[in-house]
Amino acid sequence: MHALIQFFGDNAHLLLSKTGEHMELSLASIGVAMALSIPLGVWLGHLHRGSFVAINVSNIGRALPSLAVISLGIAFLGIGFTNTMVALVILAGPVMLTNAYVAVSEVDADAVQAARAMGMHPWQVLLRVELPLATPLLFAGIRTGTVYVIATATLATFAGGGGLGDIIANEASYGVAGVVAASITIAALAFAVDGLLALLQRLITPSPLRHRADSTRTAASVTDLSLGAS
Amino acid sequence: MSIGLPIAAAAPVIPKFGHASECVVANHQFCGSWFVDNFSSRFLPPLLVHIELTAIAVGVGLPISFAAALLARHYHWFETGFSLFAAFLYTWPALAFFVIMVQITGINRFTAEIALVSYTLLILFRNILTGLQGVPPDAVEAARAMGYTQRQTLLRVELPLALPPIVAGIRIATVTIISVATVAAYIGAGGLGSLIFDAIGTGFKTEFIGAGGLAVLLALAADGLLVGLQRAMTPWARRSIAR
Repeated sequence: MHALIQFFGDNAHLLLSKTGEHMELSLASIGVAMALSIPLGVWLGHLHRGSFVAINVSNIGRALPSLAVISLGIAFLGIGFTNTMVALVILAGPVMLTNAYVAVSEVDADAVQAARAMGMHPWQVLLRVELPLATPLLFAGIRTGTVYVIATATLATFAGGGGLGDIIANEASYGVAGVVAASITIAALAFAVDGLLALLQRLITPSPLRHRADSTRTAASVTDLSLGAS
Repeated sequence: MSIGLPIAAAAPVIPKFGHASECVVANHQFCGSWFVDNFSSRFLPPLLVHIELTAIAVGVGLPISFAAALLARHYHWFETGFSLFAAFLYTWPALAFFVIMVQITGINRFTAEIALVSYTLLILFRNILTGLQGVPPDAVEAARAMGYTQRQTLLRVELPLALPPIVAGIRIATVTIISVATVAAYIGAGGLGSLIFDAIGTGFKTEFIGAGGLAVLLALAADGLLVGLQRAMTPWARRSIAR
């Protein structure tokens, strides 16, 4: 315990720079994964099309072994930042896509019909009715994917992607205290980013829906914060 | 004790595998004939070890989780306690968990299995408990009224009705363990991950693709197989298969 506290004190600079690398990789991956999967999922959900693919893609995404995807990435893209980022996008994108699809396609059909009957354009139905109602589930997918990316970015060290995994995979230099300190930092990052997303979710959820958003959250909280499956 | 591995070497160092074909020497994207020639000697044994690692982890995790779920039904404090314990184990990044466990039990298969079993507990425990709690009380009451003992009720009524979420849990646990087991090679557990770490040392692309591809195929095959099992075991639930 003492060694652990001492490690945090003595290596604050190292931890900070590795955390920076870790977050740079994670945020880039999350950004690309969201940009690719959310619009596609929302659009398919809006059209109620492609449910088989949209729902099953996350089963495949979950089944993919992370180190194996990184291994394939090394063969095709070489070592470094890009390879790891592509691997993380492949691992985190599916769960975001599925949640976005389910979130939008399961919006109360009566609400959508009422909106159409009021003369709303399909775009208005999407932006003003479906998306606000879909926010809780949509965010659940983003948050699950985000926590998964932050945990799995640890493996970037094997592909020259840097990050806190560099400390964990180098027990010879940093000792067990370093490994534990880096793990705690990763867990803290995951909790912090998840908390920020929860806050963002609350801010953009229309106030009458906030209570429902909170209850969705508690149902999924433990599994959302599971880093182990990396 | 050093278990550090170098990150992928910038320049490929081709290992000696007897007669090297032109493809292997030039380290092309994927040397199919080399892969086929070396499959049974180089790829098959780690694949079998990988299956064994996964089967043992799920096989040990299942009875532990089941016993814990039965206890949790009777003692509420145990449910909270075990959930917290399992969640704590699950929260460590896999790589760190392995490195820390090595300090206690050494670099071997046993250490890897402890970590792998730990990762199954949260998933299996929650799914088994959810399944048992979801059994309609009427069904249990009817069984008791017909004179079933508590054990008979559990085995013949509650367990069959709880199967869909339980098998779903086994499925999630299995694919998770296949994934985590590749990382376990880092502490000498063997399996397909050992070939990946080998390739990280040499930069040999065929081995990256061969080992990575086999791990992906294994996970997808296991997932598909368990979906089939889930359907076969619960013919009455085909319309409402738990995710």
